[in-house]
Amino acid sequence: MAAALQTAGTLTASSNLVINSERFRFGSLLRSPAGMKGTILVVKSDGRHTVGFNAGLRGANLIPNAVAAKTEDSAKSTYSKPGHEILLFEALREGLEEEMDRDPRVCVIGEDVGHYGGSYKVTKGLANKYGDLRVLDTPIAENSFTGMGIGAAMTGLRPVVEGMNMGFLLLAFNQISNNCGMLHYTSGGQFTIPIVIRGPGGVGRQLGAEHSQRLESYFQSIPGLQMVACSTPYNSKGLMKAAIRSENPVVLFEHVLLYNLKERIPDEDYICCLEEAEMVRVGEHVTILTYSRMRYHVMQAAKTLVNKGYDPEVVDIRSLKPFDLYTIGNSVKKTHRVLIVEECMRTGGIGASLRAAIIDNFWDYLDAPIMCLSSQDVPTPYAGSLEEQTVVQPAQIVAAVEQLCR
Amino acid sequence: MSAFSAVKSLSTPTITTRSTPSSNPKPSFPFPFPSPASAGAGSLRHSAAIRLNSSSPSPLRAVSSHVLSDEQRVTSPSNHDKALVTRREALDLYEDMALGRSFEDMCAQMYYRGKMFGFVHLYNGQEAVSTGFIRLLQPGDAVVSTYRDHVHALSKGVPARAVMAELFGKTTGCCRGQGGSMHMFSAPHNFLGGFAFIGEGIPVATGAAFSSRYRHEVLKEASPSGGLDVTLAFFGDGTCNNGQFFECLNMAQLWKLPIVFVVENNLWAIGMSHLRATSDPVIWKKGPAFGMPGVPVDGMDVLKVREVAKEAIERARSGEGPTLVECETYRFRGHSLADPDELRKPDEKAHYTARDPILALKKYILEHDLASESELKGIEKKVDDVIEDAVEFADASPFPPRSQLLENVFADPKGFGVGPDGKYRCEDPKFTEGTAQV
Repeated sequence: MAAALQTAGTLTASSNLVINSERFRFGSLLRSPAGMKGTILVVKSDGRHTVGFNAGLRGANLIPNAVAAKTEDSAKSTYSKPGHEILLFEALREGLEEEMDRDPRVCVIGEDVGHYGGSYKVTKGLANKYGDLRVLDTPIAENSFTGMGIGAAMTGLRPVVEGMNMGFLLLAFNQISNNCGMLHYTSGGQFTIPIVIRGPGGVGRQLGAEHSQRLESYFQSIPGLQMVACSTPYNSKGLMKAAIRSENPVVLFEHVLLYNLKERIPDEDYICCLEEAEMVRVGEHVTILTYSRMRYHVMQAAKTLVNKGYDPEVVDIRSLKPFDLYTIGNSVKKTHRVLIVEECMRTGGIGASLRAAIIDNFWDYLDAPIMCLSSQDVPTPYAGSLEEQTVVQPAQIVAAVEQLCR
Repeated sequence: MSAFSAVKSLSTPTITTRSTPSSNPKPSFPFPFPSPASAGAGSLRHSAAIRLNSSSPSPLRAVSSHVLSDEQRVTSPSNHDKALVTRREALDLYEDMALGRSFEDMCAQMYYRGKMFGFVHLYNGQEAVSTGFIRLLQPGDAVVSTYRDHVHALSKGVPARAVMAELFGKTTGCCRGQGGSMHMFSAPHNFLGGFAFIGEGIPVATGAAFSSRYRHEVLKEASPSGGLDVTLAFFGDGTCNNGQFFECLNMAQLWKLPIVFVVENNLWAIGMSHLRATSDPVIWKKGPAFGMPGVPVDGMDVLKVREVAKEAIERARSGEGPTLVECETYRFRGHSLADPDELRKPDEKAHYTARDPILALKKYILEHDLASESELKGIEKKVDDVIEDAVEFADASPFPPRSQLLENVFADPKGFGVGPDGKYRCEDPKFTEGTAQV
């Protein structure tokens, strides 16, 4: 599998998409050390605006051309077909559709998912194909239709509940916390809740405070819940499929600004492990842990850092709960310096938990205090200039690495 | 018979409140229930004949139970009543109610002896609702309840041992001791819980009903019931002011889901009188506002409840959609065992104690010669034995070991993630001991 994306002139390295088939054996519990060595997963996303991408985007802040990682081993490509180019929202749809084909119990529940095709077109065309009962347009009643999804999951179905914007799921907090997370436990294991709760979140472009929320910090304490954040078309499809197949309730965090990323993904069936992190760029000097949209700010900063002579290792943690302490730990053990870059609020965010986990497990390997760059503890302002200030920018990342590596 | 074969299509009943001269003058309580118009009142068929009085809300008045009143001579066989319950059915109803009552009384005893803890909400007095509805269900039908769920579980067939052991917090309880009084679940009996927050079970019930329709229409699975599997959602008067109630009425009717919403209106939400909390206290009227039938029924009379229940369940099963049933009932004890119950007036309690559903059924059975006094005593003895056995079983059962702590957090324990050594946490030998760091 050769070229993922070609962007004329701007990319500094070859574009390889390397996949280790180990990763995609669903259900394998042990991660063989040998398998780990060759699993450099390099994903590039074309940051250039393509057709359909909102023209008003401040390109400077958004998608850089990601720096390709240095590949350690020879490309272990097991895919013979050429793959196909796809946008992230289409990749989500593809994953969803494949699972709906595979298992008739998979259904979609949400506002405007059916006839409208989804507010970000993730479910476009599915209602025509599967009917109004399998792709259910709900009234505006998040708490109740999420609870309905849970009741359906308890009685044999595998619903995918969409929050039109993740922030709307605040209204469903009762059901997500009490029933989704806890019901398997309080029933003594009698009922499983194989539900997927997904939707776009994160800071967009001047969408205002209530539409710019990051709920991953609010949900992370709920026992019994798994949380993943997708960031590329490849892992979007893979995580969507894995989440649907999982017997656990999974919250899949998508980002409003990433839906039009384009990438070439395999034609073959694949999933991404829900509990694993993704190595984006191998390096030596510092470990940068990030997820979702901030991955792209990090990669943009990485370009600058490379020019300045640094060699950052970038890990997209992907699994927000639980953390993949193996990948993260290996990285920490190698570089001894950690920077966390997240879009979550500073207080009680994913970064805060990640910091604690690293300190608990890898204290002896640290040469410097863990730095964490998060969003400001501020309701996201409407004004563009202020909104920019609330989110971590590449320049801050560069400055942080410089400070860490002094 | 196809699931949607012709069943009497029930027009949305319009019901007004009427005063019924009662030959038994009863103290007038501010109860917002219409007097049942006839022996079969409360049944959907009868209520369709009554017109809605659109003038100002009628004054609240007491309801007299026609089973107990002298108006209707109980000894003269009413075809309607005779047709409803055979001897066998009557004894089943009696035993179920007696089981519920004895169980709850034993719970109170055990609580005060320090065998169970926390919040325990007892069902004494409301047995007619549970028995009247749940004994009509088929195995594939589901029940969703609230925190006052012990008796619903028992009616659904969950063994008394399993419920008592759960209350004692033992590992042999129906939820392995992890749920407790407010979280009774039983998958084999399709008992979907047991919810501590009011209202949060109603969407779950709606989901189960959705599942039923989905299985029928999308998966093309035929239910042994011959129609759709039905879900019953039980909840109280306080819940009827909660958003989830209204949202689910809307969705259930919108999609014609096979569900019956059963309101156990016992007039009190802890210390909050229904009348103080609700702008329009007549709950069944809110069904038609969403396009579904709303039916009031005397919840202290198991036969009346059963009659209404039959129709509502049949409606749901045949695909006609949901029904909202409001049962006038009463809890003889406080909200929970921790509730001093100081706000309810003694004469209100006395009024309802006089309408004890178990005594009423007993009287009915004896007067209709369905069984003898000694047979009923035999049933009571049998029930007592079952309860005693349940207590002994619960007492003798072990508490959950430490190793059980983490077992059911995830259905797939890979959800605990990968540890620093590269292995999944759940493979850590200490994991099952509950001493692993997660």
